[in-house]
Amino acid sequence: MTRRGENRPAGGVAKAPWAGVRLHVVTGKGGAGKTTVASALAIALAGSGRRVLLVEVEERQGLAQVLDVAPLSYEEQPVATGPGGGKVLAMAVDPHEALMEYLALYTKIRRAGKTLERIGAVDFATTVAPGLRDVLLTGKIFEAVRRRAKNDFVYDAVVVDAPPTGRITRFLGVSTDVAGLAKVGPIHRQAEAITTLFRSRRTVVHLVTLLEEMPAQETIEAVDALWRAKFPIGGIVINAGRAPMLRHKEVVAVREGAIDSESIGKELSSVGLDNEVTAQLLLDEGNDYAQRLVLERRARRMLHRLDRPIFDLPLIEGGVDVAGVHELAAELRAQGAA
Amino acid sequence: MTTKTTGTVLDVDSLLADRNVRTILCCGSGGVGKTTTAAAIGLRAAEQGRTVVVITIDPARRLAQALDLDRLGNTPLEVTGTDTSAGGRLDAMMLDMKRTFDDLVLSHTDTERAEQIFSNPFYQSLSSSFAGTQEYMAMEKLGQLHQAARWDLVVVDTPPSRSALDFLDAPTRLGSFLDGRFIRLLTAPTRAGGRAYVRMLSAGMSMLTSTVSKLLGAALLRDVQTFLAAFESMFGGFRERAEQTYSALKDGQTSFLVVATPERDALREASFFVDRLETDQMPLSGLVLNRVHPHRGGSLGPERALELADELWPEGRRREGVEVAPREMTANLLRLHAANRERSLHEERQTSRFTAEHPDVPVAVAVAQAGDVHDLDGLRSLGASLAGG
Repeated sequence: MTRRGENRPAGGVAKAPWAGVRLHVVTGKGGAGKTTVASALAIALAGSGRRVLLVEVEERQGLAQVLDVAPLSYEEQPVATGPGGGKVLAMAVDPHEALMEYLALYTKIRRAGKTLERIGAVDFATTVAPGLRDVLLTGKIFEAVRRRAKNDFVYDAVVVDAPPTGRITRFLGVSTDVAGLAKVGPIHRQAEAITTLFRSRRTVVHLVTLLEEMPAQETIEAVDALWRAKFPIGGIVINAGRAPMLRHKEVVAVREGAIDSESIGKELSSVGLDNEVTAQLLLDEGNDYAQRLVLERRARRMLHRLDRPIFDLPLIEGGVDVAGVHELAAELRAQGAA
Repeated sequence: MTTKTTGTVLDVDSLLADRNVRTILCCGSGGVGKTTTAAAIGLRAAEQGRTVVVITIDPARRLAQALDLDRLGNTPLEVTGTDTSAGGRLDAMMLDMKRTFDDLVLSHTDTERAEQIFSNPFYQSLSSSFAGTQEYMAMEKLGQLHQAARWDLVVVDTPPSRSALDFLDAPTRLGSFLDGRFIRLLTAPTRAGGRAYVRMLSAGMSMLTSTVSKLLGAALLRDVQTFLAAFESMFGGFRERAEQTYSALKDGQTSFLVVATPERDALREASFFVDRLETDQMPLSGLVLNRVHPHRGGSLGPERALELADELWPEGRRREGVEVAPREMTANLLRLHAANRERSLHEERQTSRFTAEHPDVPVAVAVAQAGDVHDLDGLRSLGASLAGG
């Protein structure tokens, strides 16, 4: 059963102005489902004849679990097929391998990596050196976005399951810090090129949230921080939405106590429900629901004020599996997110 | 409200009353309510007579919201509105990573050298963005607060890490960084080992110097070396403190609470953490399960509820008038009841998977509230819910 959130904006299709965007960064509050949404977006973007790369940067193998494939590695491998036969490939960026690749590319000293590894420089660079980890991760994303075979880009789009809202601005901005620390040399030049891409019209940052106060508040704060750091904001994805269960009048009636348990009880008796459930229990549940609805409306109003395209994804009962991800991908397409 | 978990029940009040427990660490993945849990537990302990300080680390300042404070400094402030009639008190603070690092430098060196360190670009970057700095500084602050001896219970909300395990790994990582051959090479290559070793290493070192200079520019390497030279005298004290704090976690005065919600991902992360605590012989008190939607009563199964709802009023049937019709409304309430029951069954399944894997881990359950907790009353009722009230 596909359910859509209430108040779906009219004319929902084709509201996403991201033609020409090649890098989709998906962030969100922890627990809001950003890994699921990143996977669904990658599939949605993989229309006929297209190739999309889905990138994991936090070494948690969340994508592999959502897509039900073997743990991802640095090697890009097919993980899903999009509508019309487009291909989704996925990889997990490992900072260690990214550094090795980098050294091979820039130093031309054979075995430089091995020697640096022996003296502990590689460990230093990938775990403790300030920000270097994020430099390597964003550097790999940059490389994938720009990679070409002959005259064409290898990937039509790259989707990143990015760090959560609390760390996203720092993650995307790490190159700016690096350009300040390393004032010359190829890393400085690359850091500048990365910053340019991340702030360009080729990039959008999507935020995944829930219709609850704190996630909505955190989304607003993250949008503000991203905006001030000049990163382009994409869509706001409201995840795990529940379909409306009661009509508006019924909600009002429950809240005002305008309906008595007797008349509900009579209806229950008419279908033989005399013992298994009480009218009062149903009305209590209705009341809780009405309260939640008020809070959801408030959260939605806050998110609407951001003035970004809003996408509503339904709660997949029983947890998201591969079929669920495809269902969400179809929903994203139907709402014009891809 | 009773829970349907098969595991034992975590007795939160006994834990809080145990004067031997001087530190409670709340861990878990992002978005499970760690910060709120830490605050609720701190408040409950304070109102039961303990002198408590809560450290929170989250940059979204959620505890500040929950405690209705606009700003929390890097030093603890008393939370007004706490009921102190049992003789306790509640202080709260938000960890400022950079200021904690600065204070640490100041406490280990003279002002002149400290100024030198503060102005170094490498230090500025290290103190604000080093992977693991936050975790280490949380440990550092925990040590400081215990040393100050003003509180008999410190409740720590762990940083929003990539993985819940980062918090346990951070001190080791910092230790190996400070002790590492690489750092010694950068600071004093000749002292790093015997002669033959030095020759092998200097070859590596000159390659490193040239590689780094080529990639990053010589200025950065110089910054790093200057920083390390200024920092070297502090390394010993630094590491000693990290090790002390870390081993103090095992001393029987600490209690870990793993926080989760009854969802697959959060419980999986909780499961990893429980395994890790057991491996490291860290004292785990139990699992705090937040935002649980318990079964509200009745014996009506979800499928039959939907069937009977359709019998009363098929979904989507048109109706006349705008007034509430009891028959249709009863059908809709039955559908709502079915959805609620589905959810509680789903949560029970997720939770029982955890309790089957970890039958010895006691569980405390907090029932989901309609709204977010953002005042002391909300924290109080969350605390009461956790304590089984």
